[in-house]
Amino acid sequence: MQNERTTEDVALGIRRRVFEHTIRNNGGYLSQACSAAEQLAWLYNEELKLGAPTLPMIPKPFGGVPSPSNPDYHTGAGYNGPAAPEFDRLFIAPAHYALVAYATLIEVGRMAPEGLEMFNKDGSSVEMIGAEHSPGMEVHNGTLGIGLSTGAGLAYGRKLRGEPGRTWVFMSDGEVQEGQTWEAVQAARFHGIDNLCAIMDVNDQQCDGAMDSVMEVGDIRRKFIEFGAACVEIDGHDVGAMRDAVNEPHEGKPLIILARTSPYQTMPILEERFPRLHYVRFKSEDERARFNTSIAADLGVDPVDYAH
Amino acid sequence: MVEMVSRPYASAFEKFAAGKPDILCLSADLTSSCEIDGFRDRHPDQFLSLGMAEQNMLSFAGGLGLAGFRPFIHTFGVFMYRRPYDQLMASIAYPRRKVRLMGFLPGVTTPGGMTHQSIEDISVMRSIPNMTILETGDATEVESICEAADSIDGPVWCRVLRGSVPRLFDTPIKVGEMRVLSEGSDILVVSSGISTEEAMRARSALTNAGLSIRHIHLHTIKPFDHKQLLDHISSVKHGVVTLENHVTEGGVGSLVAETMADAGVGKRLVRLGLKDTYAHGGSRAYLMRYYGLDALALVGGIEDLMGQNFGITEDDLAEARVDDVHSLVKAEAL
Repeated sequence: MQNERTTEDVALGIRRRVFEHTIRNNGGYLSQACSAAEQLAWLYNEELKLGAPTLPMIPKPFGGVPSPSNPDYHTGAGYNGPAAPEFDRLFIAPAHYALVAYATLIEVGRMAPEGLEMFNKDGSSVEMIGAEHSPGMEVHNGTLGIGLSTGAGLAYGRKLRGEPGRTWVFMSDGEVQEGQTWEAVQAARFHGIDNLCAIMDVNDQQCDGAMDSVMEVGDIRRKFIEFGAACVEIDGHDVGAMRDAVNEPHEGKPLIILARTSPYQTMPILEERFPRLHYVRFKSEDERARFNTSIAADLGVDPVDYAH
Repeated sequence: MVEMVSRPYASAFEKFAAGKPDILCLSADLTSSCEIDGFRDRHPDQFLSLGMAEQNMLSFAGGLGLAGFRPFIHTFGVFMYRRPYDQLMASIAYPRRKVRLMGFLPGVTTPGGMTHQSIEDISVMRSIPNMTILETGDATEVESICEAADSIDGPVWCRVLRGSVPRLFDTPIKVGEMRVLSEGSDILVVSSGISTEEAMRARSALTNAGLSIRHIHLHTIKPFDHKQLLDHISSVKHGVVTLENHVTEGGVGSLVAETMADAGVGKRLVRLGLKDTYAHGGSRAYLMRYYGLDALALVGGIEDLMGQNFGITEDDLAEARVDDVHSLVKAEAL
């Protein structure tokens, strides 16, 4: 089911869906679609080796949290296919990118468009902050910084079992402010966990605003290398650069791809909202209408008819 | 004189885990302190050093659980839930990973002071959904803790004793049960961990004072058999005294109080333990005396409940076991 469309086309589709959702709902994680669309499109459309989905195209309602009294419980990982030894696994470490991740599942034919209409609705599994039971999710990553460690543990375990599949973690750059990220890298190097790969959306933004205004993190490529990872920095909107980056030799080390991105990529009007890009909620009907017209033109679609 | 067993965890863990490929032994720079140095040396394929980085270790263990392994994490109890509480929640407890959290130095069993003494861990763990809690009170329980923990379909918090440990019982932990140590009809004493040995020390003096004591020892704190406890409570005339190596809020005392309140039991309850206070560094015997966790404190609690003074003194209590703080059976003075 891969490569029926170009990855660039999938990325455009992701942005169109997140745009439409944001305008229609008068808010959303829009900037994350600007920065991350190519990365998630590339993972799902090209790089990840995944089996066919095992869960229904239209997501089931929330089925309860893990509990001894909930025997039918399952995660949302089935949208990425079965957890077979030969297949790759993917964690979305910054769980607030869920809207972008769900749009990706739709664009690559792993979830029905109706799934996005359940986003953040009471009783739905398609949660705003992706839970482990949300489509495409396998672990609960709402608390930033735990994703890479969990991925390292899974990857180490799969290595012990001789499984060829890799463990991928999609990360966000704000996570480098968490000490746990560095603990994970040093442990992955110490134990030679080279079946662990990460691509990080380095958009220089976090909830409070530009990262440099919140907590400077310095040269993170250098830091990742010093802590023991193989690390390459690329233009995060250049799919060709991703194809090259994944070929970086990293025997005995995890591979971390730093995807330098723009938080306004393809939607320049978003710059008006700087430095508060984390969650875009329109301040007035006028602003909503202007953004609707401007971004629709950028993405080559009609403005969203949100009155109906 | 009670039999003392040297490093029961060391041999028990090795016997249990060796050759079981799905069991991994995780350590955070306290390998000999948690008595797994021999296992590390003899079974390196099952041993994983994760350094002084507990946040990563707990999420990493969650990932191992996702891959179908059953990691046994070894460190001092405090280091496993205070700093990495978020990771314990999100990576282990919520997804019900089969991670076995072997917490050493429970309560005042260490002179390491506040930073080393896990005095509120049971309270914390009781409030975590999906968590099972086991506590060891003697060498036999330490010897059986691995099998007991590994029988649980989910995460397990274990309070593990190390070094020189008395043998009080001759049957292994049976998860979900409680030990009935005496079947008197005046007062019910509920104890756990090292408090049980203290309560046993007081028994003959209390009997000589004419009191009939019913004494139960808890190794399984969650899940808990409330009905069995209520049956014991209804078997005594006067009330209940709890004794625990933990703060009285949220631990065994609270567990008994909740059970009594839920059932509308109108008997008195005296809860002994750390009374809304941190402890400081000192020997176990000193700390148990200073903070009121020892046999004499139990006598005082029973006197309070009965409204009588039985005139029991230190001399009337069974001989205290004296541990040397600096001992060959411990990796360091902690």
